[in-house]
Amino acid sequence: MSDDRAALTDDGVLVRQARAGDMAAFEELVRRHERAVFSLARRMLQNEQDAEDVTQQTFLSALEHLRNFREEASFYTWLRRIATHAALKIIRKRRGLDTISLDAATAPDENDHIPHPEYIADWRATPESLARRNETRRLIEEALGELDDKHRVVFVLRDVEGLSVRETADVLGLSEANVKVRLLRARLQLRERLTRLFGDPDRRVAREEHAH
Amino acid sequence: MKCQDLLKQLNEYVDGTLDPSVCEEFEKHMAGCNPCQVVVDNIRKTIMLYKAGEPYELPAAFREKLHAALRQKWKETHTPE
Ligand SMILES: [Zn+2]
Repeated sequence: MSDDRAALTDDGVLVRQARAGDMAAFEELVRRHERAVFSLARRMLQNEQDAEDVTQQTFLSALEHLRNFREEASFYTWLRRIATHAALKIIRKRRGLDTISLDAATAPDENDHIPHPEYIADWRATPESLARRNETRRLIEEALGELDDKHRVVFVLRDVEGLSVRETADVLGLSEANVKVRLLRARLQLRERLTRLFGDPDRRVAREEHAH
Repeated sequence: MKCQDLLKQLNEYVDGTLDPSVCEEFEKHMAGCNPCQVVVDNIRKTIMLYKAGEPYELPAAFREKLHAALRQKWKETHTPE
């Protein structure tokens, strides 16, 4: 496919061409979305090999089920759903091997106490300047990796992918209330971690000041 | 509103979906509570940092393997009459 065609044609047109048997159109769709699918899977799974498996499964499944794609959603929305389900399958399989943690990991967490922020300090740099550093990328991915699977998956869909609470609940088959609780835990845990890394110790707020 | 109540409303506040009357209480608390102010600011920055994250590149070897597998699958499912 020429670069012109690649740049000018929207996904919907490419999908119709691919359905009509145009392999180049399908390959262009893959090229457009492979990084997004891979990144989503990698962030959810925290493992490059598993992310590769999910990416390959997602596009193979898309190829096979192209005729089932309904155009009221965007093509990427459809891919994201396939990829998320494939990632969840891997997470469940991992937990299956680790039977002891299974119940603990799925125990109801809806009503228990919200952890109180411990390390409270203004950051030394703006998110914009932090985002430009390579080191930051590694640090924020590590912090993401420390979350429980169930919190990380929600955070990635809501705050990295930018889905609404409702869309996140829909993709994961959870209630909105459940998504909100998990999201709050994820955000608070990441705040804690990142503030220890990026906070200014000289401007730390003592915890006692924060007890009213 | 106490600090602990504020935490419970944190999502809605940073997402801008808080009921206006609750929002007013929230901001009243923050105005008199520096730690809560800083926590809210930290949370906003945390989210911004993740939102600004660039996608990962596919490892070159995997990308080739992926495209080869897709071409293979395409051939299997699109055999000419
Ligand atoms: Zn407070």
